[in-house]
Amino acid sequence: MDLNIRQPLSLDDLKDMARINRLDVARMFMAAGNGHFGSCYSCTEIITVLYFALMRIDRANPDWMDRDRFVMAKGHAAPTLYSALIRRGFIPEKWMDEYETAVGARLMTHPSRRYQSGVDTSQGSLGHGLSIGVGMALAAKLDKRDYNVYVLMGDGETNEGSVWEAAAAASKFRLQNLVGIIDLNRLSVDGELENVMPMEPMVDKWRAFGWDVVRVDGHSLPALLKVLAPQRNVGASAPRMIVADTIKGKGVSFMENVRSWHADLISSKQYSDLVSELGGVGV
Amino acid sequence: MKSTRLKTSAMIASIAADGQPTVSAPFGHALVRVAAQRPQIVGLTADLAKYTDLHVFAAAFPDRFYQMGMAEQLLFGAAAGLAREGFVPFVTTYAVFAARRAYDFIYMAIAESKLNVKIVCALPGLTTGYGPSHQATEDVAIFRGVPNLAIIDPCDALEIEQATAAIADHNGPVYMRLLRGQVPLLLNEYGYTFELGRAKMLRDGDDVLFVSSGLMTMRVLEAASTLKTDHIDAAVLHVSTIKPLDETTLLMQIAKPGRLVVVVENHTVIGGLGEAVLALAMRNGSNGRMRQIGLPDAFLEAGALPTLHDKYGISTTRIVAQVKSWI
Repeated sequence: MDLNIRQPLSLDDLKDMARINRLDVARMFMAAGNGHFGSCYSCTEIITVLYFALMRIDRANPDWMDRDRFVMAKGHAAPTLYSALIRRGFIPEKWMDEYETAVGARLMTHPSRRYQSGVDTSQGSLGHGLSIGVGMALAAKLDKRDYNVYVLMGDGETNEGSVWEAAAAASKFRLQNLVGIIDLNRLSVDGELENVMPMEPMVDKWRAFGWDVVRVDGHSLPALLKVLAPQRNVGASAPRMIVADTIKGKGVSFMENVRSWHADLISSKQYSDLVSELGGVGV
Repeated sequence: MKSTRLKTSAMIASIAADGQPTVSAPFGHALVRVAAQRPQIVGLTADLAKYTDLHVFAAAFPDRFYQMGMAEQLLFGAAAGLAREGFVPFVTTYAVFAARRAYDFIYMAIAESKLNVKIVCALPGLTTGYGPSHQATEDVAIFRGVPNLAIIDPCDALEIEQATAAIADHNGPVYMRLLRGQVPLLLNEYGYTFELGRAKMLRDGDDVLFVSSGLMTMRVLEAASTLKTDHIDAAVLHVSTIKPLDETTLLMQIAKPGRLVVVVENHTVIGGLGEAVLALAMRNGSNGRMRQIGLPDAFLEAGALPTLHDKYGISTTRIVAQVKSWI
């Protein structure tokens, strides 16, 4: 499927795009033999809604100055983004099969502007994205452009102090064009975030920093369509934070909420189980 | 006889000798001149505009100045975002905070994408008596490891003014060590013009070749004059671009026979200009006599700058004494 849509897809279409995205991610990880399944699958719906329904982007003009920006702060979930870019026609589908393994592979664990058209920033070190997003949102104001800057973070990522440096700045500079999203899947590498380093009450923290905060089901397409819609030329001044409750490994029964699937090897048997559960035909 | 009690002073003023001509805030004023022609230039700082001379820019272009507070990770991350959108951020803080506190942001958010961010940092090397928290004795070592990042270590007010314009024109990230406040002016006497990536001979000589950068070039020029009175003829090669190194000029000058090469740096002996020159010589099979003058691999003491420069061997008198002992 190759889409360069301008009109929003129907809910059923979006649901199918999310399914295809999960299959694409598995195809890349199968090529590499392993991957961050859990983190990719918790943000599938968020990225699907942004790339197939809401963001102003154009594959014919990936550096279009008025496009909406997307910063994949939780860079280890890059394959979810790659799938969206592939299905929107920014990068070729065949790149998926050389994911991480071929010499000169252009898709790797973390996104890089050096290789991938449509990627707005290189990522991989957690805690960078929101500060970079602040800079991009400041640039939009200076340039008098109405694009929105979306920054997708993990909940564990908010342990990083730099996130809160940026939180204060976005509020100070009244960056209503900046939209933070927290993929709150409750698990990080070493366990439940509640034990690793608790960050609740997440909503209160962001409100205290002056953000306009909503908490949603991060797998509900209708809810995401509503809260992630870009806002242009509105009177508001506060940056927006979407706290999205998600399930790590969502969509694949044996991966959901299983910590080891943060990043793990996948066997051929598991892959074929995954593909059939997602209704795919495999590769 | 009662001696004057020296002030610790974080300021650069104590680097200028009595009666030496100085220029006030050369970076800030030069940036204003460049920014008047280039609307893409913006300024960012982490609560150190006043001590990095960026307050001059802030006053001239308040709409293009961003005060980020004491938050260096945000500072460089936001600069990356602005640069990504076509702006040319000049970002200031102290060298220690850029090198130690925000390294990952400079490496990944800025250098990896070759973004046009100009990192301009006060208190490089041993230019404050405040002790190790403020003395960036290893900043060059840290930043030399960053691909794509140019490293500039200007000597005086004239060079800072010229380098500010040059790095604004340069397409890519730059780290510039800044002397601020009342900055000595001397390179005008040598008909000097800064060129990014070029080392320049400031004086010729047959016995010694000083290779130096930053304010050490001021010291070795003084040392060369003193040595002359002892009939030691010293040349001075000023290497204000530490990366990319002007390998052609350096190899040509090092290869001249009969001269003792002395690299002098306001930096720890580890990972700075000295090791860069030595590595260049190694790679090219040069085998001249070489000596290094630099700061020790240690947490340095606090105190008055002139005293510290004497103690650690980078004052003019100590440079002269060391060279004489090697000749």
